[in-house]
Amino acid sequence: MTRTIRFGVAVVLAATLSFLTGAYAQPKDSLTIGLTLEPPHLDPTAGAAAAIDEVVYANVFEGLTRIDENGAVQPQLAESWTVSYDGRVYTFTLKDGVLFHDGTSFDAHDVVFALDRARAEESVNAQKPLFAAIDRVEAVDLRTVRIFLSRPEGRLLFNLGWGDAVMVAPESANNNKVTPIGTGPYKFDRWVRGSHVRLIAVADDRPLQRVTFRFLPDPSAQVAALRAGDIDAVANLQAPEALIALRSDPNFEVAVGSTEGETILAINNARPPLNDVRVRRAIAHAIDRQTIIDGAMFGFGTPIGTHFAPHHPAYLDLRSASHYDVAKARGLLAEAGQPDLKLTLKLPPPTYARRGGEIVAAQLKEIGIEAEIIPLEWGQWLEQVFRGKNYDLTIVSHTEPLDIGIYGRDGYYFNYDSPDFRALMQRLNDTSDSSARNRILGESQRLIAADAVNAYMFQLAKLGVWRKGLTGMWQNAPVQANDVTGVRWK
Amino acid sequence: MLTFLARRVLLLLATLLVASFAIFVVLEVLPGDAALLMLGIEAQPDTLAALRDQMGLDRPALSRYLAWVGGLAAGETGVSYTYGVPVSQLISERMSVTLPLALMALVLSVVIAIPIGMLAATRRGTVRDYGVMGFSQIGMAVPNFWFAILSILFFAVLLGWFPASGFPGWEAGVRKALWALVLPAISLALPEAAILARVTRTAVLDTLEADYVRMARAKGLGPRRVLWSHVLRNALVPITTIIGLQFAFLLAGSIVVEAVFALPGLGRLTFQAVSKRDLIVLRDVILLLVTLVVIVNFLVDIAYAVIDPRARYAA
Repeated sequence: MTRTIRFGVAVVLAATLSFLTGAYAQPKDSLTIGLTLEPPHLDPTAGAAAAIDEVVYANVFEGLTRIDENGAVQPQLAESWTVSYDGRVYTFTLKDGVLFHDGTSFDAHDVVFALDRARAEESVNAQKPLFAAIDRVEAVDLRTVRIFLSRPEGRLLFNLGWGDAVMVAPESANNNKVTPIGTGPYKFDRWVRGSHVRLIAVADDRPLQRVTFRFLPDPSAQVAALRAGDIDAVANLQAPEALIALRSDPNFEVAVGSTEGETILAINNARPPLNDVRVRRAIAHAIDRQTIIDGAMFGFGTPIGTHFAPHHPAYLDLRSASHYDVAKARGLLAEAGQPDLKLTLKLPPPTYARRGGEIVAAQLKEIGIEAEIIPLEWGQWLEQVFRGKNYDLTIVSHTEPLDIGIYGRDGYYFNYDSPDFRALMQRLNDTSDSSARNRILGESQRLIAADAVNAYMFQLAKLGVWRKGLTGMWQNAPVQANDVTGVRWK
Repeated sequence: MLTFLARRVLLLLATLLVASFAIFVVLEVLPGDAALLMLGIEAQPDTLAALRDQMGLDRPALSRYLAWVGGLAAGETGVSYTYGVPVSQLISERMSVTLPLALMALVLSVVIAIPIGMLAATRRGTVRDYGVMGFSQIGMAVPNFWFAILSILFFAVLLGWFPASGFPGWEAGVRKALWALVLPAISLALPEAAILARVTRTAVLDTLEADYVRMARAKGLGPRRVLWSHVLRNALVPITTIIGLQFAFLLAGSIVVEAVFALPGLGRLTFQAVSKRDLIVLRDVILLLVTLVVIVNFLVDIAYAVIDPRARYAA
């Protein structure tokens, strides 16, 4: 009897299957991108979550300027601008005929509204320092906006290209978390929470009419979904081990690019004996970057010698200042009178930290430092390490673009206190000429490398995978975004 | 029966009150500032303060607890920190995935386990019995997430019969939606079916040796009649207990399986709420799970009364 049942079940299954196969085929004017994290909401001006920008940046929301794939500033809603001689007044000419997705027009008053809202006292914008130099914003006429600064701010045009500085309308700004209304080429269609966000093209002649962002938290599920054809691309694959196999698959294209994520072994500079620069230098010399990149990241990642992205024009290769040298590291420790050191190494959840941490601990052991590994959840890490500064060593990736300024911040978690560095940041703020700025940025990189504030390990790679035939996907991630405005199927 | 029901409802309310207090206390001592987690490490102190104020994190714990329980009693849930929509909306969206999934898995597990368990018991010591026991052993030992990944690789990637992950939503059509739940339901059902088959086998074996079974046989009833109407009915009491317990496991197991299949269900919501410290969502979801478990236990009690008339008087 059971045999008959089994046979019956098989027949029914087979019949249903053949009936349904092919239901998931993709037409070629749509694109489905797999993302690891789901955004909490869709308002880039009210949260730090990178996942928000990964969906809406450049697609739904646009700023006065935008940052392109290589990290350069490009005009967006402002088609041109002039800067006053003293660098304190920026005059922007806006694009004509721009509409928000709800049909209201975009003009100079919206710019005033958006920027004033972002820098207001009660604003919950996660990047308020972007606007710190702005004194007031004035609409000269409908297509001309003037921004007055309280001090020269060489980064203003770059800052205005961030997701946190996008243009929003007074009519819709308060609902942007749930129904984002921007000026971009794609408008929000629907969000099935926990599953996907769908955007549709505003214009009929866009090569991609529908763009869906699917949220797949598990890296092996991402790979399976790619292979099964459920998704066309994974913007940043979290499983470097799977990339090797995908590379040899003729159906997919793999692009290894760079991100803004400086991954560092952060050191609590205030805590003895780590306040001794010799001990910090010893730690820096004990770290073999390539072994960590190979062991923790399957070889994907660029070694760095300072807190700066290697693809940036101002980057200096300072790895030689902290080259891997066990004997030298031991000597420095002996000189500092710290031959047997016990330190805590607190690790947040990401793979780079957990896997990298084990290798770092083994490497520190070589020079006689006993590092006790303490794994933490993000909440605990923020509480203990970031806010409480109760740690010796930790591993974390700093993913904001051009964020060397954190070394000049008061009470920042690695407790680096250097008047020289702060003076450099002051000079940087007062300089708008880009080559002069790059020189100052170079000096700052040298200073933090010489002081061995942290041990600089590697720049996180962006591991993009997509189906053959898709062009225009970003290879690098100078901002955490998936700009699909230039993407099409061949 | 009425007093039985009334007593049950009172018990449910008391359980929920105790559970709500426990949930609140546990979440209160959880490390991690929700505002900091949301704004990230580059956040400015004044921005943080503004958000903490918006979320009401500065108010004393007791007043927040009373506000929560009072709100629930009035039928109002809070607004999620992270999603910015009412929790009730989130939960009902998610339940439309998790509830069908759990029911599908439960039905699958019962449909697989009871026949093979009975088969094993009636053919005790034969190859079929060992086969069923072997299946049960493997089914219990295999972790469901691993089985889930294997079944994705085989049925979705290799054969292309099912979508590898995700849920198209009910508005995409009932057939499509149910289809997306098949692999997850099998992954969830397999370990439960393995346990249930074993329990069924033992329960049936126990009953087979009872005097009334011998009596039934002696009075000339056919083996099939004895098995289905005398043995099974009596064996159903322990089986029902296990099914009731398993429902709770199915809801909990959905956290893992929903992550592997990227299903927008209650499990994903819970996981996301934990990692984002969305306490407003978390406490309501946990309370809902407690309620479901208590209700299922209640239904199991009623099922006892239906199966076994003696239980009606004992209650």
